[in-house]
Amino acid sequence: MTKEELKNKISDIIPAATFDEAGEWLNVSIDAIDWFPLAWQLRANAELDFEFLFNITAVDWKTHITMVYHLRSVKYGHIIVVKAKCDRTKTEIESVSKIWKTADLNEREAYDLMGVKFLNHPDLRRLFLTDDWEGYPLRKDYVDEVNIVKL
Amino acid sequence: MQYEEVATTEEGNLVINVGPQHPATHGVMHLVITLNGETILKVEPHLGYIHRSIEKMCESLSYRQFIYSTSRMDYLSAHINNHGCALAVEKGLQIEVPERAKVIRVLMDELTRVASHVLWWGAMAMDVGALTPFFHAFRERELINDIMEETCGARLTMNYMVPGGVMADLHPDFVRKVKDFVAFFRTKIDEYDTLITHNVIFQGRMKGVGVISAADAVSYGCTGPVLRACGVKCDIRKLSPYDGYEKLNFEEPLETAGDSYARYLQRMRELRESLSIIDQLIDNIPEGDFQAKTKAVLKLPKGEFYSRVETARGEFGVYIISEGGLTPYRIHFRSPGFNNLAALDHMARGQKIGDLVAIMGTLDLVIPDIDR
Repeated sequence: MTKEELKNKISDIIPAATFDEAGEWLNVSIDAIDWFPLAWQLRANAELDFEFLFNITAVDWKTHITMVYHLRSVKYGHIIVVKAKCDRTKTEIESVSKIWKTADLNEREAYDLMGVKFLNHPDLRRLFLTDDWEGYPLRKDYVDEVNIVKL
Repeated sequence: MQYEEVATTEEGNLVINVGPQHPATHGVMHLVITLNGETILKVEPHLGYIHRSIEKMCESLSYRQFIYSTSRMDYLSAHINNHGCALAVEKGLQIEVPERAKVIRVLMDELTRVASHVLWWGAMAMDVGALTPFFHAFRERELINDIMEETCGARLTMNYMVPGGVMADLHPDFVRKVKDFVAFFRTKIDEYDTLITHNVIFQGRMKGVGVISAADAVSYGCTGPVLRACGVKCDIRKLSPYDGYEKLNFEEPLETAGDSYARYLQRMRELRESLSIIDQLIDNIPEGDFQAKTKAVLKLPKGEFYSRVETARGEFGVYIISEGGLTPYRIHFRSPGFNNLAALDHMARGQKIGDLVAIMGTLDLVIPDIDR
């Protein structure tokens, strides 16, 4: 599908979605609450068929936190980037590990380092850091005098 | 499909720890395995023993500096990781890389891939009980290390690719040495087949072990030889070619069985493809600059840049978010090993404990790449 067709298809599913076509791939911006219904359709819809969630990451924008999902369809080869905006104090978004199994570990990484709480995740625990670690290191306001060496 | 919780306390079930220091994990990885008799019920990886938070460190490094930290992730694909980072920065600055630099980069990438697969081959055989191949593998890998040492000055964590090209020109002996190596290695790879590939005991350990279907492998985010061994095309060199891969004549080999032996055969076939790529380029290195002229201080415009390369383990992605400053606002590395590891639990369930090492061997895990 071309960018234009993808855009029409996605605005049918989530009318509130906004688009950015400037980059290499189509960027879709949505609210965190719309992510799960959109994700379900992206995987289940035979014309979209995004089987492969190849990158999951979170970005701290100081005012809010954005979850970024890169998706590719192995069958059709089209790619989209979905950005879900989350609240910074109550950072919650629905887990998609039911849809793409790769989300299980990747969401745990985002939880560990950025403090995004994934609702209905099967096993949401710290991944890299110890269980009693305080704070989320990739957040911009994280201070650690001991472990972070300023260059 | 979601797995049911495995009751670790049920009678007859046994929980054992493999690692963090264990020869079969090839690094500091910790697996907690639930067993019933010899059958694996569940494998749970515990990560972070060498987590350095490279992503956080990169936020305070300039666009010239951050590339060097990526050689410390997947240290066996150091050149290819650097390549991915250089491509992302070039995308942001719209730098045109000279032809000579592109060819040098591809040659280095493929030599790295050969070195990585050779080391994997030796370690794989060692994991299932054949110790001698490990020494064979290191003998051949040593030749590539010598070539790297001459041109890049390092044997393991090479830092050679920079935004705009490569750091220095090739060593005068490079072409001769690479040709000698390829001719020598072609005879060795046939020897590998007689030693291990056709070995009945080895096949018995590998065939039908750790099977994963194509749909599951995609869902788990597997890439590289692991996914191609299930018959899914996913080679970034073919899907979105970079730096001249589109002009080269090479195959994307595919196996279909999805078991450990298919993953083994897949890598052996890729070794031969890499040699054929080196053959095509080694006599055709164009004259010219090895680096484009760039400013001393690089500043990426505001925006997001994503580049993908095919490392020896699969798809490596670099995601840079720039706010227009001297350092990246946020950087994320999509690591192939991390996502391949996710499938380990699925592959190992129902297998015997002795097979776990064979399955892990064919995933070709490099722990610093997983922990980052």
